[in-house]
Amino acid sequence: MKRFAKWRLISLFAILALVLSGCGRPYLSSLRPAGEVADIQYDLMKLSTWIMVGVIIVVLIIFTIVFFRFRRKDDRIPKQVEGSHTLEIIWTVIPILLLLILAVPTVAATFKLADVKEMDKKNSKALVINVRSHLYWWDFEYPNEKIVTSQDLVVPTNEKVYFNLKSLDVKHSFWIPAVGGKLDTNTDNINRFWLVFDDKRANEAGNLFYGKCAELCGPSHALMDFKVKAMSRADFDTWVKDMQAVKQPEKAQTDLAAQGQEIFNKSCIGCHAVTPEDKPEAARLAPNLTNFGERSRIAGILDHNKEELKNWIKNPETYKPGNEMTNKYPAMTDEQLDALAEYLMGLKVQD
Amino acid sequence: MSTIAQKKGFGAVLWDYLTTVDHKKIAHLYLIAGGLFFIMGGIEAVLIRIQLAVPNNDFVSAGAFNEIITMHGTTMIFLAAMPLLFAFMNAVMPLQIGARDVAFPFVNALGFWLFFFGGLFLNLSWFLGGAPDAGWTSYASLSLHSKGHGIDFYVLGLQIAGLGTLIGGINFLVTIINMRAPGMTYMRMPLFTWTTFVASAMILFAFPPLTVGLTLMMFDRLFGANFFDVTMGGNTIIWEHLFWVFGHPEVYILILPAFGIFSEIFSTFSRKRLFGYSSMVFATVLIGFLGFMVWAHHMFTTGLGPVANAIFAVATMAIGVPTGIKIFNWLFTMWGGSVKFTTPMYYAFAFIPSFVMGGVTGVMVATAAADYQYHDTYFVVAHFHYVIVGGVVLALLAGTHYWWPKMFGTMLNETLGKITFWLFFIGFHLTFFIQHFLGLWGMPRRVFTFLPGQGLDAGNLISSVGAAFMSAGVMILLINIVVTQVKNVKVGNDPWGDGRTLEWAIASPPPYYNFKQLPLVRGLDAYWLEKMEGKKGMTPAEPIGDIHMPNSSFIPFMITLGLFIAAFGAMYHVNDKPWAIPLLIFGLAVTFGSMLVRSFKDDHGYHIHKEELTQDEKGAKA
Amino acid sequence: MQAEEKLTYETWPAAPERATLEAKNKFLGFWLFLGGETVLFSSLFATYLALKDKVPDTSQPLAKDLFELPLTLVATMLLLTSSLTSVYAMYHMKNFAFKKMMLWLGVTVLLGLGFLGLEVYEFNMYVHEGHKFTSSAFGSAFYSLVGFHGAHVTFGLGWILALMIRNYKRGLNLYNAPKFYVASLYWHFIDVVWVFIFTVVYLMGMVG
Repeated sequence: MKRFAKWRLISLFAILALVLSGCGRPYLSSLRPAGEVADIQYDLMKLSTWIMVGVIIVVLIIFTIVFFRFRRKDDRIPKQVEGSHTLEIIWTVIPILLLLILAVPTVAATFKLADVKEMDKKNSKALVINVRSHLYWWDFEYPNEKIVTSQDLVVPTNEKVYFNLKSLDVKHSFWIPAVGGKLDTNTDNINRFWLVFDDKRANEAGNLFYGKCAELCGPSHALMDFKVKAMSRADFDTWVKDMQAVKQPEKAQTDLAAQGQEIFNKSCIGCHAVTPEDKPEAARLAPNLTNFGERSRIAGILDHNKEELKNWIKNPETYKPGNEMTNKYPAMTDEQLDALAEYLMGLKVQD
Repeated sequence: MSTIAQKKGFGAVLWDYLTTVDHKKIAHLYLIAGGLFFIMGGIEAVLIRIQLAVPNNDFVSAGAFNEIITMHGTTMIFLAAMPLLFAFMNAVMPLQIGARDVAFPFVNALGFWLFFFGGLFLNLSWFLGGAPDAGWTSYASLSLHSKGHGIDFYVLGLQIAGLGTLIGGINFLVTIINMRAPGMTYMRMPLFTWTTFVASAMILFAFPPLTVGLTLMMFDRLFGANFFDVTMGGNTIIWEHLFWVFGHPEVYILILPAFGIFSEIFSTFSRKRLFGYSSMVFATVLIGFLGFMVWAHHMFTTGLGPVANAIFAVATMAIGVPTGIKIFNWLFTMWGGSVKFTTPMYYAFAFIPSFVMGGVTGVMVATAAADYQYHDTYFVVAHFHYVIVGGVVLALLAGTHYWWPKMFGTMLNETLGKITFWLFFIGFHLTFFIQHFLGLWGMPRRVFTFLPGQGLDAGNLISSVGAAFMSAGVMILLINIVVTQVKNVKVGNDPWGDGRTLEWAIASPPPYYNFKQLPLVRGLDAYWLEKMEGKKGMTPAEPIGDIHMPNSSFIPFMITLGLFIAAFGAMYHVNDKPWAIPLLIFGLAVTFGSMLVRSFKDDHGYHIHKEELTQDEKGAKA
Repeated sequence: MQAEEKLTYETWPAAPERATLEAKNKFLGFWLFLGGETVLFSSLFATYLALKDKVPDTSQPLAKDLFELPLTLVATMLLLTSSLTSVYAMYHMKNFAFKKMMLWLGVTVLLGLGFLGLEVYEFNMYVHEGHKFTSSAFGSAFYSLVGFHGAHVTFGLGWILALMIRNYKRGLNLYNAPKFYVASLYWHFIDVVWVFIFTVVYLMGMVG
């Protein structure tokens, strides 16, 4: 808790008004949409809320009148009314009309958000990312660019980014609340959708968004976070080039790091790749670490520093119970951990 | 519970309840067993809220948390809400239609024992290696991945309990169709009976898909089948469909009887007949029908495609219309009435804004495109708790206070009742209102903890405080029950003074044969009609004669015990235990053997002779 | 009318299966139960259709490689005929002709046993061709659907036999007449389900 969240009330639109403040920091809330998809969804939320608040007000007015006017005061027997056709028609027809008002934009938006025709076109220029979810980590493959990264999704702003979603173990769900609603990563099939990351609003969030797993997937479901780095198309292209340029694992810069690399090559490389090459997805057993030094979190949840990294390697089970890394490698001494941390933190592709 | 029972020894009472086929005693059993499971589910809920009170809490471990949420949901739906509703259906519905018992008293007892042993089996998981941990929806890929026997307990326990619910539903349907008193036409049936009828019909069609789903899961986990194993050609989406084809109607199976309870209470304490009775019946049937057309709205993010999502979105919205009709009919039942604010009426009155809130968020989550944001977040958690707590649980509490005198012959204390109400009502809104926002702020559901600094801290703390209020309310209710039963002040036929339906025309609690003479029903609110004409009771439809009664039986218990034993055999057979398969066979032999005994031993019941009936009456007066 | 009454041909009612309140309840309750069973089998059919021919590798046989018309056609004829003989049995039950009823029920049981025997033979054959319950999703779905039906046949046979043995010496009365009737209703239901299995699983399976 470095900074306390401040609350502020925007407008009379009380139901949706409580929004977290704090500019220049990444945020989670779906009530501060930062892209076209989230905008559409936010508009639908507002429309439905307005209609529903109207319904609630009507009910509450009748409710209040009943409460004050018709309390029992004497022993009289009220008139036994059977019903009223006029009234009953009114409260059947009006809700139908209200629902129609809501149904039309809902159907339109549902089709719009599912429109991935661009992905099927030949020679399409659209950016496609294959998201593969695993027990508590995320794998991101850029098939056209032929690079792979993990945990930190890197995307260009102000353009449609298309996603192919699939899970390789149990079902998860891919969700970036501020940018758009979620879609499940099934084990059976590939689900497809698109998102847009708005440049201006990404800037307000420090170009970083929180992503979550939204489908219960085991003990560490709550900890299956990822980050989204949104950058301009030019920056993104540079990043892609830098990644593509890594053909060999990055050379260790210091002696300590060189020791670390040796340990890594002995104990870790069986699962973790340090080049962004395009291996088949089934062979990508653990997060790709090519640009690990540039990540924002360790394992998606811990602060990005050497101390936390050593803690994580020492005992991942404490931080992410049920993860697939525990016991897959020999125990390490403190010296080995120092070396390993030095090496991993030096894995950077950009200057 | 009754005075007669207290004179008997404990052993005799126990044997009486183990073998009873009397719908009123079975109602007691459902109430007690359902109440115990409700408390267990409540404790699990409190553990959840303690864990989530502050970020990065380690009150329970991640694995244990998943077990707790799974058992909380499963227990509350299958072992608390449904049985408690069954308690009222059993206690009241036969009286409301002027019947001496349900159509199949033996099956009624069997249904209870199946539910009870199923629930017991499920809860034994806590002591035998860990509870199920894949959520109450138990999605297939995670369930197959889950180690230990937790999911097996879920699959087998729910199969047993579900069977009990299914035959209970058939029993109620036949009772309502065949056993109504003379003059009790369909359109004169009290609304609680109507909702019982529609809910039972839904049980009949909704539970088989669940049974199939559970069976397939059992085959996969215990007998090497591959329904949900993708590498062997399986498909996990099948589970989602089967589960929700059951799961969505299940929500209406719970809420419709709750509507029925509130309809009775509104009408009684407003001293007015239900406004728009026929449209209420129509709306009930329509909700029941539409309830089967909307299951895929639970799967908007599964990737079924825009066509399916759009169709299911619109169909779901349509349910808002009959539900709205009901809300306005209740309001206008009170309009122009003479409303007395008793404890049951407190609950009924508070139910309206609470349920409307749950209803409108229901329409919000039905908007498919926006649901991509709501789905699997705390917004959905808030929504369904507003429906199930704000609707069903408030109805159960209201029904408990309303029908307690009819079931046990004593009145629960009104002051304590109102304290319970305020604690529970405030606690409920405190707990769940803020959860709408937690969801919108990006908190997924079923997370065992959350990180500080993401704006979720304050909301979660508020929510946890609310849970404490609700627990306090339930504790006061328990105290109220104990105090009332210890004082044991007996009340007459119609203790509320405003009773309208047939159950208030006979003694509290009713004699074991219910009606000495079947009543003649002359219209809706049959007892009220007679009262308004200055009569003391119902006009009999038959002369006093012999009454045919069913015999008590221990066989329902034995049939169920066999399945209970067999379930252990099925479960431990994967561990290569040599005794597992013999145990499975032994258990099934006990079940089928008991059925055979039932079939071979003629059971014609017995007759109460009319001399005894007249003596009873004299005895009661003396 | 009382269930225990001794009746004669003259006093035997036209619809003995619904003559008492208990019988009426049983009659209606069983129809409703069959409604639930219909949903149960529908779910299994849906599962089967979703998983038909879903196998992990090409070495596994598919529906078109497995099913043979002659065998299933004979099985179908046996079961259809048994449905007809149970109709005869109920006809005699309504006419208070106990012995004839028992005779036709006996024929029904024999035909049912014949069907079961063929099914066991058939399953055994498939297993030898590599189509097992555990070998693929297709196998699991096939044996669950058809096997579930087979279990129903077995239960139905046990039920009818139990009724025959229990009432062998007593003849018909209003207590056991509804039991016989309901058992035959169950038998018809099994038969109807088989017609769907024959169409959906076998005929549609053979065309591919």
